[in-house]
Amino acid sequence: MKARVFITLKNGVLDPQGKAIHHALEGLGFSGVNDVRAGKLIELDLADGTEDSAIEDMCRKLLANTVIENFRIERLEPAE
Amino acid sequence: MNSAVIVFPGSNCDRDLAVALEQVTGRKPAMVWHRETELPEGVDFIGVPGGFSYGDYLRSGAMAARSPIMRAVTAAAGRGVPVIGICNGFQVLTEAGLLPGALMRNAALKFVCREVPLRVENSQSLFTANYDAGEEIAFPVAHHDGNYQADQATLDRLEGEGRVAFRYLDEVNGSARRIAGILNDSGNVLGLMPHPERAFEPAHGGTDGRRLFEGLLETVNA
Repeated sequence: MKARVFITLKNGVLDPQGKAIHHALEGLGFSGVNDVRAGKLIELDLADGTEDSAIEDMCRKLLANTVIENFRIERLEPAE
Repeated sequence: MNSAVIVFPGSNCDRDLAVALEQVTGRKPAMVWHRETELPEGVDFIGVPGGFSYGDYLRSGAMAARSPIMRAVTAAAGRGVPVIGICNGFQVLTEAGLLPGALMRNAALKFVCREVPLRVENSQSLFTANYDAGEEIAFPVAHHDGNYQADQATLDRLEGEGRVAFRYLDEVNGSARRIAGILNDSGNVLGLMPHPERAFEPAHGGTDGRRLFEGLLETVNA
């Protein structure tokens, strides 16, 4: 089974990278972008039957720094 | 003083720190590879050096903080052994949970490499006994991820408990309250982004950093 972990900066944490991307988009003439936040996507290929709690543990212990980041786990259905 | 310097793949200030420690203590520090699970017997000071451990993969310091030797470092810190984390070492100590907060990308997104003026905010710690309170000193910085951030309650606690050891005099990297270095709650763990080991000899342009190691030696030997 596969799972995706989305790691995003917590609200209120300044995201200079997102700001720079926002600025570059404006420079390219894209108007109407209110804000940009950059994060990470980590894809995990896991043994079948891996519990949600194990994935959450991975996020808390390594994948995310919960001082500044949130994480969201998305399980992917097995490919047909 | 028997010191140890932890070496991760990608550390690059380990030798500078070892030279500084040998000059101050008269003994060569043990260079301890990240895969070791124990520190040498009788170590009474641990340095976590600067560099780009594990290529800064995932987050600066994140991989190094989970390496085998860090369990021994955490245990030693818990017993009161002084630990200093410089630059990447500071990032490693925050990722390991030995110091609060996190070091994020510099606010201006630029690598900052220059000498910066600092104020010694707490001259009573193990590491700062050789400075006067409020003294202005200068160390070099060289980092991309030195923007210290923590929630307001943590920042207030650090300030209230005298755990802000060093503060930048000017804007350097966007750090909350211009914090450059902090202590843990027991005062035996210091993390700082500026490099005291690079302000060690007159040829470095200044010797303010040497006094940190000399002060530490005096307090450890006292």
